[in-house]
Amino acid sequence: MSFLVNLALGLLFGAGLVVSGMSDPAKVLNFLDLAGTWDPSLAFVMGGAVLVAFVGYRLVLSRGRPINAESFHLPTRNDIDLRVTAGPAIFGLGWGLGGFCPGPALTALGLGAAGTLAFVPAMLLGMWAARLLADGGLRSRTA
Amino acid sequence: MTEFTPLASTAGGMMIGLSAVLLMLWEGRIAGISGIAGRLLPPYLDKAFPSRLAFVIGLVAAPLAMMAVTGAPVVQTVSSNIPLMVAAGLLVGFGSVWGNGCTSGHGVCGLARLSTRSMVATAVFMTVAFITVFVVRHVIGG
Repeated sequence: MSFLVNLALGLLFGAGLVVSGMSDPAKVLNFLDLAGTWDPSLAFVMGGAVLVAFVGYRLVLSRGRPINAESFHLPTRNDIDLRVTAGPAIFGLGWGLGGFCPGPALTALGLGAAGTLAFVPAMLLGMWAARLLADGGLRSRTA
Repeated sequence: MTEFTPLASTAGGMMIGLSAVLLMLWEGRIAGISGIAGRLLPPYLDKAFPSRLAFVIGLVAAPLAMMAVTGAPVVQTVSSNIPLMVAAGLLVGFGSVWGNGCTSGHGVCGLARLSTRSMVATAVFMTVAFITVFVVRHVIGG
């Protein structure tokens, strides 16, 4: 059951990326090109998504617990450290170079463009390296 | 040039937001793609693995399902500069997981939760991405 719900929510998320234009790197790079061929569309993607999530999270979190889990798993930290500044800076550099962030890159995988097929394995390798570094080495994780 | 699409982009954004809200309702998790995908990689293995895998399968299948339903192709322009895309992929993967989130985890879910860390993270990756495109297109590219 949980598998099917997550599959449906992944489909909805991915369809949202396609409908919004966020899955097209050309549109992302034009959004980021303020001094050139600027396309403001992606501000509307963020606006629509944050608006729905802002209202929806308040409704959902006013429940005692999720439907299929004991409790909500929410980040609680509020401090600004090296990881939460340098990490996004590295991410932003890659995003500006390729026009893909993780969601759209995965969505593009099945369309089979050569650039996507180069990007996604490299992204997964980068994610794996960051996990190892963040978790302090190769040990079995159960959390 | 790409066409300005405020209505489609708002509608698509709302679908993304709805998916995030329903994931929170169903199992109390943040819909952060870097977090979900990063925890599919070894040595991670926990009981949420099948759920995360299902979400990623849904993401990958979405444009294919849409093409099957609508009969219209999903149009994309991806750079064919392979070394550039490998470098970009490494940076995006490393930076998003090390920084605990990407456009979805920090940019959508974090901002919606009014998280200070996510506001800082989003401001940083947006600023660096704007500067990167400016340098690539207008300083180097000329």
